[in-house]
Amino acid sequence: MQISEAWLREYVNPAISTDELVAQLTMAGLEVDSVTPAAAVFSGVVIGEVLAMEQHPDADRLRVCRVAVGETEPLQIVCGAANVRVGLKIPAALCGAVLPGDFKIKKSKLRGVESFGMLCSEKELGLVAEAYGLMELPSDAPVGVDIRDYLSLNDMLIEVDLTPNRADCLSVEGIAREVAVLNQLDWSALAAESFEITETNTLGVAVEATDACPRYLGRLITGVNAKAETPLWMQERLRRSGVRSLGPVVDVTNYVLLELGQPLHAFDADKLTGGITVRWAKTDEELALLNGQTIKLDSEALVIADDQQALALAGVMGGSSSAVSDATQNVFLECAFFTPQSIAGKARRFGLHTDSSHRFERGVDATLQERAIARATQLIIDIAGGKAGNVTEVTTTATLPQRLPIFIRKQRVAKILGVALDDAIITDIFQRLGMTVVAQADGWQVTPPGCRFDIAIEADLIEEIARIYGYNQLPSNSLLMRADLGKATESLLDISRAADLLVDRGYQEAITYSFVDEDIQKAVDPEAEVIRLKNPISSELAMMRTTLWCGLLKAALYNTNRQQSRVRLFETGLRFIKIDGVTHQQSRLAGLALGSAYSEQWGEKSRKVDFFDIKADVEALFALTGREVRFAVAKNAALHPGQSAEILTLTGESIGWLGMLHPTLEKQLGFDSQVFLFDLDQGLLLAKQVPRFKPLSKFPSVRRDLALIVKEGVSADDITGCIKDSQELTLQDVVIFDIYRGKGVEDGYKSVALSLHLQNELQTLTDSEIDAILTRILARLTNDINAKLRD
Amino acid sequence: MSANLDDILAQGLKELAVVTDLNQLDQVRVQYFGKKGFFTEQMKQLGALDPEQRRAVGQVINQAKDQLQSQLEQKKMALESAALEARLASERVDVTLPGRGQSVAGLHPVTTTLRRISKIFTSVGFAVVEGPEIEDDYHNFEALNIPAHHPARAMHDTFYIDPRTVLRTHTSPVQIRVMESETPPLKVIAPGRVYRCDSDITHTPMFHQVEGFLVDTDVSFADLKGVVYQFLRAFFEKDIQVRFRPSYFPFTEPSAEVDIECVMCDGEGCRVCSQTGWLEVMGCGMIHPEVFKSVNIDSERYTGFAFGMGVERLAMLRYGINDLRLFFENDLKFLEQFN
Repeated sequence: MQISEAWLREYVNPAISTDELVAQLTMAGLEVDSVTPAAAVFSGVVIGEVLAMEQHPDADRLRVCRVAVGETEPLQIVCGAANVRVGLKIPAALCGAVLPGDFKIKKSKLRGVESFGMLCSEKELGLVAEAYGLMELPSDAPVGVDIRDYLSLNDMLIEVDLTPNRADCLSVEGIAREVAVLNQLDWSALAAESFEITETNTLGVAVEATDACPRYLGRLITGVNAKAETPLWMQERLRRSGVRSLGPVVDVTNYVLLELGQPLHAFDADKLTGGITVRWAKTDEELALLNGQTIKLDSEALVIADDQQALALAGVMGGSSSAVSDATQNVFLECAFFTPQSIAGKARRFGLHTDSSHRFERGVDATLQERAIARATQLIIDIAGGKAGNVTEVTTTATLPQRLPIFIRKQRVAKILGVALDDAIITDIFQRLGMTVVAQADGWQVTPPGCRFDIAIEADLIEEIARIYGYNQLPSNSLLMRADLGKATESLLDISRAADLLVDRGYQEAITYSFVDEDIQKAVDPEAEVIRLKNPISSELAMMRTTLWCGLLKAALYNTNRQQSRVRLFETGLRFIKIDGVTHQQSRLAGLALGSAYSEQWGEKSRKVDFFDIKADVEALFALTGREVRFAVAKNAALHPGQSAEILTLTGESIGWLGMLHPTLEKQLGFDSQVFLFDLDQGLLLAKQVPRFKPLSKFPSVRRDLALIVKEGVSADDITGCIKDSQELTLQDVVIFDIYRGKGVEDGYKSVALSLHLQNELQTLTDSEIDAILTRILARLTNDINAKLRD
Repeated sequence: MSANLDDILAQGLKELAVVTDLNQLDQVRVQYFGKKGFFTEQMKQLGALDPEQRRAVGQVINQAKDQLQSQLEQKKMALESAALEARLASERVDVTLPGRGQSVAGLHPVTTTLRRISKIFTSVGFAVVEGPEIEDDYHNFEALNIPAHHPARAMHDTFYIDPRTVLRTHTSPVQIRVMESETPPLKVIAPGRVYRCDSDITHTPMFHQVEGFLVDTDVSFADLKGVVYQFLRAFFEKDIQVRFRPSYFPFTEPSAEVDIECVMCDGEGCRVCSQTGWLEVMGCGMIHPEVFKSVNIDSERYTGFAFGMGVERLAMLRYGINDLRLFFENDLKFLEQFN
């Protein structure tokens, strides 16, 4: 909310500077977002009156004016504005004046005619962004007076960012009340107005929705002049609160809303049929709103209706059919209390947000209506004339919020705030806040005023004590706490260790959005059932990722498009998948590598990263936990069918994938080199066995090398698997150390060299034992995978 | 005999003189001192002499032998020294050339920041707990005392999956989840991704928060202040000025915003702090009785505080990053600055 400092100080004027005032508000929980001057810096502009005017001899659009500016002689000023006329009072910038933007006014010649100043528009004075013609001042404006003084422009606009609970401060009076409390100043609300009731007619009011509208006040004001000019002071206050002037009746309702925080609505009484009813809307009832929008209502929408139709969306916005216009003569003024629950969400539902709905959905003082309607009536009569009728009031006490006393315990205050404050301090704070305090043995019965409808429980009162006492005056403790010893879990590896390993192996950590582009998502994981956002920021961030690859690929592209030829990235985070309609959020660890295997360096031949580089990185991750895994040949839509592996636990659970991005996708996404990817389930990756010690053998181990000829289709896993399946007790390890194709090996075959490491725990192996083992293993190899010993 | 010996010695010394490497030297050694070497042979022949002669001749032989031996040792040392010099010279490298091998990368600055925050809190026994990012309305809002249509919901620009399911707008639902399943005393921090439907120069639709809370029988606002002070000073490694401002969160009361003196200008006033000298870094407060009620914790017996902070904001202030959006572009030139 934006308020004028001058207006505020009219209510309560502490002897502190603007800066101090602003700091005080902020530290009391009414955070000031900005402080801006009410008008730009300018000087040398006074009120002038056009005494005489003639056509410029050489320019059709210019007039030569004689302008009284409070000096002995009127000045000759040339003016091009269309609305300049004799008798008009305007702001006149004298020679030597400086207008906003450091625009200096000097004596000049316009088409040969001398001009001793400039007549100004509101725009030229920096008051508005757009203006057409000169600023027209009231006829009683005193000639010669500095315009800044006349318009009280030496004012600051204070923008307060109020939290939703402090709706009581959504008015100048509300903030004044707070300033008075903070400065320990006396404070009185605006006195009730008195005016004569001269209109005998009233309009019937019926409230059907008494839960939603506990109080409704209405009054006829007849014979108003809707064309009357809103006084400048009111226009200025509205302007400084960011509200446009729209004619005297609407201006008054807006003014009272700003002044007291009570929304009001004025209907053109001649456009109403019968009486007023506050009711829930009928299904499919329509309402054309003031803003031109037509909405379709239902039984959830509260409306103000006449005997024929809905007139207004209660507490939100009026309808166009009953709106006040220039031609309005009779006004029906509404001043109601709608409960927050009945208004909350209603404006938003129809895409609306108004000053009125903003207040009603946060709360309005339920005791304020009588005072507010009197104030508005008085102002309307003062400005636009008319005769006020009696107020028709419908109040349902049963549904009206009650201000019940709240019991606050001394001991609880001390427990929550960590300090036992003096009773006198506490009662003083409550009293300054306008609360009724009754002391009891172990606490106080406190009744907050009507305006503090946010205060309902003990905790609310404790917060008020802390707030007014000052958060920064309250003590601060070093934590004394019970503590159990921490854990040192060994059966689970911390993800940070895996992340560190990847970092050490040259992978930069990325963090990408969890929602991704549909195109990438579809391309990378076409089969997956996706979870869509109802209200995405953009189509590029519309669905939840089913794989972290989406973000990594995009991040890699971002970098390759910026001359990075080597990219290694990894990310940890959730993927979001649906299985049989159930959402699963699973922690994954994924990586990407493209470009050269090593960053460019001397002494090593540059080569591109390949499948086995990435596999080594993945294997290194598994080495952290000692988990044995299998890399199974398997197909994944995102990966090259000949260079992809599904990573499985020994019991066949899928841990993840490893492979080269499918060449079709590589091209489709815009990469110009091979991309390698991996993706692992964190749960399966990080599960760890606590090591068990095995006694060391005292006997020497022996190594025997074999060179086998096998068909191309036989995998390394087939060979080592076959050997391990032999269950030779002395076999400790099998290592493949060479693959050879070419001369001496038939086409379609390869030679695989491997070493067998044998060791017996109880004795030294003899040559004949070793030979027997080798013979048995060879027999298996020949039998199972048709391997032959290479000659 | 001795003439012969002189010849041998002279011959030996002559041979030694032309030796140029350790191999040749060894050949000379074998030739004179080996099992069948000249001196060994000479000594063997001593046995044929009578004892008188044996001593005299033996002495002469030994003198000659010692003389050659000593020359040989000297030569050996010289050659070894020369060989070492040669090796050292030949193995000289340009030590200013860069090392080879895999380069080391780094963590994302958000992760580094999260790790530091976690370290500070886990050091006094806070547990780290994570929660789901697709969250139900109940945990994200209702249990936190934010019923439907509460104006505070307008402060959260929520992404919806369906009317009852959202992307969590804060990490506070983890507070509910922990309190639902565990009994006090509780000391927890909950780091993670959160989502708000907002994207401009100072907002990204995803960012990170750390929620923290402590529930026990006698926890007060003074404890909260103490923890926040200590945390911020530990995080910025500086005796930074901290202030608490009243604020509003439906799930805490009293609620506070925490400001620190601007770390860019040391509180003098600059663009980053909008000339105020202060920067808002976290929200906190005493857990609201309604929240305790929703998780069946007796708020008469237990009290607690909770706090929440934006990780990107802290990282920006810590490292002087001036554009939030950089965090999620994953430009290597940005990321590598934090390696």
